[in-house]
Amino acid sequence: MRRTRAGSPTRTLNFIVTIINLRAPGMTFMRLPLFTWMTFVVSFLIILAFPPFTISTVFLLFDRMFGTLFFEPAGGGDPRLWQHLFWIFGHPEVYILILPAFGIVSDVIPTFARKPLFGYPVVVYSGVLIAFLGFGVWAHHMFSVGLGPVANSAFSGLTMLIAIPTGVKIFNWIATMWGGALRFRTAMLFSVGLVGMFVIGGLSGVMHSAAPADLQQTDTYFVVAHFHYVLFGGSVLGLFAGVYYWFPKVTGRFLNERLGAVHFWLMFLGLNLTFFPMHFAGLLGQPRRTFTYPAGLGFEGFNLVSTIGAAVTFLAVLVFLVNLVRSLRAAPTAEANPWEASTIEWSISSPPPPHNFDRTPEITSRDPLWHDGIAPSAPGEEEFHMPNPSFWPLVVAGGLLLVMAGVLVGLPLVLFGVAVTLVGIYGWSFEPIH
Amino acid sequence: MERTSTGVPNEKMLMWTFIGSECMLFGSLLATFLVYRDQSIVGPYEEELLNIPFITVTTFVLLMSSLMMVLALSAVQRGDLRGSRLFLLLTAVLGLIFLGGQVYEFSHFAHEGLGLSRNLFAGTFYLTTGFHGAHVAVGVIWLLTLWTLALRRRLPPEKSVTVEVAGLYWHFVDVVWIVLFTVIYLMSGATGA
Repeated sequence: MRRTRAGSPTRTLNFIVTIINLRAPGMTFMRLPLFTWMTFVVSFLIILAFPPFTISTVFLLFDRMFGTLFFEPAGGGDPRLWQHLFWIFGHPEVYILILPAFGIVSDVIPTFARKPLFGYPVVVYSGVLIAFLGFGVWAHHMFSVGLGPVANSAFSGLTMLIAIPTGVKIFNWIATMWGGALRFRTAMLFSVGLVGMFVIGGLSGVMHSAAPADLQQTDTYFVVAHFHYVLFGGSVLGLFAGVYYWFPKVTGRFLNERLGAVHFWLMFLGLNLTFFPMHFAGLLGQPRRTFTYPAGLGFEGFNLVSTIGAAVTFLAVLVFLVNLVRSLRAAPTAEANPWEASTIEWSISSPPPPHNFDRTPEITSRDPLWHDGIAPSAPGEEEFHMPNPSFWPLVVAGGLLLVMAGVLVGLPLVLFGVAVTLVGIYGWSFEPIH
Repeated sequence: MERTSTGVPNEKMLMWTFIGSECMLFGSLLATFLVYRDQSIVGPYEEELLNIPFITVTTFVLLMSSLMMVLALSAVQRGDLRGSRLFLLLTAVLGLIFLGGQVYEFSHFAHEGLGLSRNLFAGTFYLTTGFHGAHVAVGVIWLLTLWTLALRRRLPPEKSVTVEVAGLYWHFVDVVWIVLFTVIYLMSGATGA
């Protein structure tokens, strides 16, 4: 976890600078592919949401190792501070998980509907708005803590507001598909699956946002049902859509479409069998985070169905793994643009050459490959941006590995790992740039 | 320099973004400090400990280091080798003096009985100012590295953006201190020495 915290912001700064500063000529912000847009938005969420979490874990570390009193009521400390700092990170974090998936399906659906994304600017702005509002709703995870009616009402209202930009996105995807020449390839199946499943998870989310209702639902399986519909039905389906969509671009090989369909339908069935009954079990009062429950409370049937659903989901993942291995063993057959997509990564070979584009492309529209194609830049502007070949990142990674191992083994190894990491960072920062 | 979409060098863009992230880091620390102000159950309390005149002096030293940083950048941009070396070194030295003041202050507090786990003021004070001190220390190492580059004539005007980025960081750390100085010291109710 600590390592994620160090790594995420570093990588993220890289994304932000790349997207702001290294766009191809003509690639204005309002022509960026949606996946790039959402990566950009999520990058800001990461750099702004992780620091409070870093600080709260430092406090916790000091409490545990050096006896400070941050969360210790006996010394005047307040455990609620932990909850606040954690959720100031934790709520943006759920948008960190879902927005990339939204970006993926916003690129996949137009491709397989053969229509430009409906209301592109609105989809962009609603993504930005979701991220922005995401910083103002953390205390809806704390309704049962007893913050008082004013705080609860404010956080309720702000939370309900988020349903608006999210709903807008759903309608934009539907309108994109409306009247399109739909082709249900596997990537499209997963994308449409996301649209449907996220609506269910979103609706139970709005139910949580009402503080009085939430008091009833807090820490029950209803919450578990909600966040699995948004994170499994949303993020995971979206990520699989992205895998099936870009796999040929990345590897030059297709994933088998028939196995893909089996994978999707099994997973769709499995996730609904697993998570839908949890709504009922939760409303009946089954608490979460308990491994068992007394017989005769009416939870048995729901839990049995959930167990069967989990097995079906497992089968689905197995089918995917088989598909993956089969595909990686097959010969590369993917042409540059197998899905007839509109964005520029599909104009170069699959897999792309190490330097990506032979000449920096000039962008003249939002869906370049559906309009004029891409014009090569004027001569004289040839500049490949290649990463600096450096071994220092490896030293840093090795140092962090030693720190993590040291946590299990003993303090000397931790200190040695810290030293290696610092030397690595120092060397990385000051090595000559060519 | 590499062509960028905005015309702003990548390193500079990266530093600004990083500073945005750092605002949340120090914001969390300060929020905690404010929430726990006057919540300590046992002494020594902040009013008895904080030495405002002393910290005012080290604050002034840190502010002057920002001035030296500006002069260093200007010297590097003009290709003034002597000035680059002098002002980079001065910036780092003033930063070190500030750190020395912090070491003195911490050890003085510890001597007065304010161990890290003594009360809430101890935890919030040591961690908040300690995080800031660590940032100053990183800045000093950075500046001394730039100084050795200048000594070896490897900081020509074309590379001034390297110094500019270090300057952005240094000024940011300085601004954070102005906020910490105001909130922790001036608003503490301590009457002075």
